[in-house]
Amino acid sequence: MSTFVTLLVIGLSEGAILALAALGFVLIFKATGVINFAQGEFLLIGAYSFYTAFVIMQLPIVLALLVGVLVAVIVGVVVERFILRPMVGQSHISIIMVTIGLASVLSAIVQMFYGTQPRAMPPILPRGSVSILGGSVPVNRLWAIVICAVVLGLLTWFFQKSRHGVAMRAVADDQQAAMTVGISVRRVFALSWALAAISALIAGVTLADVTAVEMNIVNFGLLVFPVVIMGGLDSVPGTIVGGLTIGLVSQFVSGYMDPGLAEIVPYIVLVLVLLVRPYGVFGEKRIERV
Amino acid sequence: MAAVETGRHHTSYRSELRLWHTRPQIVRMAVLAVVVAVLPFVLDNYWLSLANTALIATIGAIGLNILVGYTGQISLGQGGFLAVGAFTSAILTDRVGIPAPFSIIGAVVLTAAVGVIVGLPALRLKGLYLAIATLASQMVILFIVRRWGFLTEGQGFLDVSRLEVFGFRLDRANFEQQWYLILLVLAILAAFTATNLFRTGVGRSFMAVRDQDIAASAMGVNLTRAKLTAFAVSNGYVGLAGALMAHYTEILSWEKFTIDVSILYLAMIIVGGMGSIAGAVYGAVFMTILPVLVREAADVVGGAVPIIKNQLPAVEHGVFGLTIIVFLIFEPRGLNRIWERVKDWFGFWPFRY
Repeated sequence: MSTFVTLLVIGLSEGAILALAALGFVLIFKATGVINFAQGEFLLIGAYSFYTAFVIMQLPIVLALLVGVLVAVIVGVVVERFILRPMVGQSHISIIMVTIGLASVLSAIVQMFYGTQPRAMPPILPRGSVSILGGSVPVNRLWAIVICAVVLGLLTWFFQKSRHGVAMRAVADDQQAAMTVGISVRRVFALSWALAAISALIAGVTLADVTAVEMNIVNFGLLVFPVVIMGGLDSVPGTIVGGLTIGLVSQFVSGYMDPGLAEIVPYIVLVLVLLVRPYGVFGEKRIERV
Repeated sequence: MAAVETGRHHTSYRSELRLWHTRPQIVRMAVLAVVVAVLPFVLDNYWLSLANTALIATIGAIGLNILVGYTGQISLGQGGFLAVGAFTSAILTDRVGIPAPFSIIGAVVLTAAVGVIVGLPALRLKGLYLAIATLASQMVILFIVRRWGFLTEGQGFLDVSRLEVFGFRLDRANFEQQWYLILLVLAILAAFTATNLFRTGVGRSFMAVRDQDIAASAMGVNLTRAKLTAFAVSNGYVGLAGALMAHYTEILSWEKFTIDVSILYLAMIIVGGMGSIAGAVYGAVFMTILPVLVREAADVVGGAVPIIKNQLPAVEHGVFGLTIIVFLIFEPRGLNRIWERVKDWFGFWPFRY
């Protein structure tokens, strides 16, 4: 029972961070139709830019977060403007490959400046552990869940209620119709990349705090794909359910069976989901026409 | 030279079936033949080993291009499929004792079979969903390679004995030269068979599936059969490349088959030109030489900018990514298209078109 509770909380926290990272992916896909293979690198950029501001430049935490947000927005907008806008109208394969190339470039930049050694960062979230139902649970994991829940809630509210969120959903629905009612599609594209980079920043910093600032964050980012496939690519609630499921499943497998197996369990779950429901659990089935 | 070719006017079936139609084409192929024949005598062992690596990559890239470029089914599982071919051939040769040529054929068949199994979900999936499904297959195959003690007898890597073809054992002194000949013959065979594949009904059905699969099935193309055949044929080539890699490098470990390898092969066909056999060749050669060029350049610039020299792997990685992006934005049809434009420019000179 005690192991169960610990694994449950760790799994939920990883799942919540994953859901946040995956939400950025879904945001871009929904609004612009681009499949972003560089989402893991966005987490990496987020974590390292915060690290630079907080540890190397010794800024107070609020300012450091602002620097992180600034870097995230700049990277997001620059990538949208100079790499993805020229690719409008190209095939799926080309767009996937251009984001794979982008992923190489971003991780190479980080590696050039910071090397491959993990960096130590003073804890931001409170350390220590509390005991719940007989299991010892690290406090920072609980905080990670809270932070992700708040950010996910804010982003969902943004989509459903705010002016810009409604504009984004309109563009996702039908670009031409959105243009005719006076929505700037370009601005929406830039906004969705910037928002995705910010959600990746928060996910990256939270992940770096509960683990370490290192290149492995990228591998964590790769898990975004099982999550979004489970969630069905364009559904926000689906992403959250998918993230939590993948986080829990991989933690339980790693705790009760084999940590090595836990690395590929998300992909096995993914294949099983695809075999039964090729459009994901929450995805809407599209009717194709010639 | 006579005036520019204005169209191909065939007067017999024989002339229509020829691979090369015009005199310049034949001249170019003759020049190319002379160059590749002379290479093993002028290059030193280091450059020859690069040439051999490029030839193996060529076979693998042709295979991937059949699937991605011609059939439109994106695959991120290349690394895993190479591993299947490599380990099958190595184990059949060294532990079962089958002569190398036959174990290579065995590797081709088995990799093709694995490709069909992975291709089964492709019947219902498209675009991103297929990309992720093949990514999953890559992860699972790599996990098996890492964890299944039987493959490497628990030591984490596998030594492969020196290649022996029908009693003829490659010797140490002329290792690279002999391999060059073997690989050259096989690469040419691969290019020929692949080119001819797309002159047949099966190959045409692949392209129909790529261009618009629903329309293709409405015209009577059996989608299931076309997609599965594409996966099988493509993986046959990839299995061949994997098996050759095993016998050529003589040591196998899981690091040679990671997701980065899958991406490298995709980069080859993007840079070379998707949907063209020549493009696969150009791309394989280019992407093999690129890291060498980066290293040479880093040596030159390294004195002035020390960060480039100290972080060489990161720089290589970055240049690799940048190459993909630049090609996709400025010339999505790759080196093959650039070469065609060069030919056109000379052909039409002094006119624009």
